[in-house]
Amino acid sequence: MSLAAAQHGFLSPAGVEIAFLLVGLATFGAALVTVTTRQLVHAALWLVVALGGLAVEYLLLTAEFIAWVQVLIYVGSVVVLLLFGLMLTKAPIGRSPDADSGNRWAALAVAVAAAGALVWVVVDAFRTTWIDLKGPAAGSTRVTGESLFQNWVLPFEALSVLLLAALVGAIVLSRKAKADEAFGTSATADTPVALPGEKEGAR
Amino acid sequence: MNDALDVALRLLVVFVVFLTFPLIVGQTEHKVMAHMQGRLGPMYAGGFHGWAQLIADGVKFAQKEDVVPAGADRRVFQLAPAVALLPYLLVLLAIPIGPSEGAVGQVLDAGIFFVLAVMGVGVLGSLMAGWASANKFSLLGGLRTAAQLLAYELPMLLAAASVAMAAGTVSLPGILHAFHWWWLPWQIVGAIVFFVAGLAELQRPPFDMPVADSEIIFGAYTEYTGLRFALFLLAEYAGIIVLCGLTTVLFLGGWHGPWGADGLGWLWTLLKTALLAFVVIWLRVTYPRLREDQLQKLSWTLLVPLSLAQIALTGIVKVVIS
Repeated sequence: MSLAAAQHGFLSPAGVEIAFLLVGLATFGAALVTVTTRQLVHAALWLVVALGGLAVEYLLLTAEFIAWVQVLIYVGSVVVLLLFGLMLTKAPIGRSPDADSGNRWAALAVAVAAAGALVWVVVDAFRTTWIDLKGPAAGSTRVTGESLFQNWVLPFEALSVLLLAALVGAIVLSRKAKADEAFGTSATADTPVALPGEKEGAR
Repeated sequence: MNDALDVALRLLVVFVVFLTFPLIVGQTEHKVMAHMQGRLGPMYAGGFHGWAQLIADGVKFAQKEDVVPAGADRRVFQLAPAVALLPYLLVLLAIPIGPSEGAVGQVLDAGIFFVLAVMGVGVLGSLMAGWASANKFSLLGGLRTAAQLLAYELPMLLAAASVAMAAGTVSLPGILHAFHWWWLPWQIVGAIVFFVAGLAELQRPPFDMPVADSEIIFGAYTEYTGLRFALFLLAEYAGIIVLCGLTTVLFLGGWHGPWGADGLGWLWTLLKTALLAFVVIWLRVTYPRLREDQLQKLSWTLLVPLSLAQIALTGIVKVVIS
């Protein structure tokens, strides 16, 4: 470990390290704009930049598989869902005056605490470990798959059960809302004047 | 060969393919559609059977004024065509057309994930265009685009996962090196699911609800003019090339053919891709447009179960033969 640290000084960074730092700064900047901009759809688009920057960081850490999955899930699906949701709302072009939260200081405190915990854990876990760029790729699909399905099978399966539970929960919730609505309309069938208001309330 | 020169040459070849192949597909579409409908199609531009029609169209598009509506979100509006087009250029880099090292732009370890991930980014272009145009028809087009994603994304990924399981690798050349002819009947259900889901991703008929010209004018692209509109069209045709190339590589054995893969492998890839592109055009002339909810029903009650069944079959056969 100390040998590795002696070989790689912090004061003479290699090209990859400089690129890593610059992409990191760009990602951080995009993330800041995401939470501070008053234009809702712009926030979602800046989120794309931040998530894409994260994927580039994974690539620079030789974790190719994780990088593409990041793009596939977050940029290709999550952000599209987010934009879909925004389009269903008013989401005007230009500033939304109410696109702010009274909880901003609490949110900042939580974010700083979470970031602090993550940085501490990662720094403590890896210390002065350096990735050998000349050797076999440390984050190729094969290596990732082997470590995931040999060493980390239990957390992996627990997570998939959690996701399944969330899926079933979403279906149950959406079906329950529909059943309530049907019940509400049949119960007030003899008072048709109140019907539209009832329906609005049920939604 | 010098490394930098090698990279530059590969990029140049991919770029030329990216610029010419969509035009060839476009011209074929003009002619094939015309003959299927008892017309002649373009006959005058360039002299011989109107071969230069799309070049003339391109010149026309380049001359037109590039209008940005007053109420639009200017920068997002202008950026959208690039976001829609560039992903397909990147995907072309990873598609191998021949067995040798030189027949692919860049060998990627996680090729399948790369192509599916990057293709998915193209949808953002339509969404940006739909929202930033400040036009109700555009917004409806954008909404339909996003809703369509919920239908095709899952079956497409599952079908691709089936091939990856069969080959035991997620690298595109690796899959082709593992290919045998009997994969064709083995993976045929996955192939059909992948191709249909891909058609929905490209918003090609019968899944062209997001651009349905008789309902919402031209969907997210309604407000676009000139070169930016041409870029969206180019993205659609580049998408056809990419989808057909990917289906060829994943399911139809790419460079493998009856008379050996050596030397003429690239010809097999191009031939299969061209055949699939013809099918895409054929479907456009044949089927009426589905409604958005009909696509959702098709996807969730047919494509997803079929692709899951394909994965189960792949797993069983894989266990039996190993």
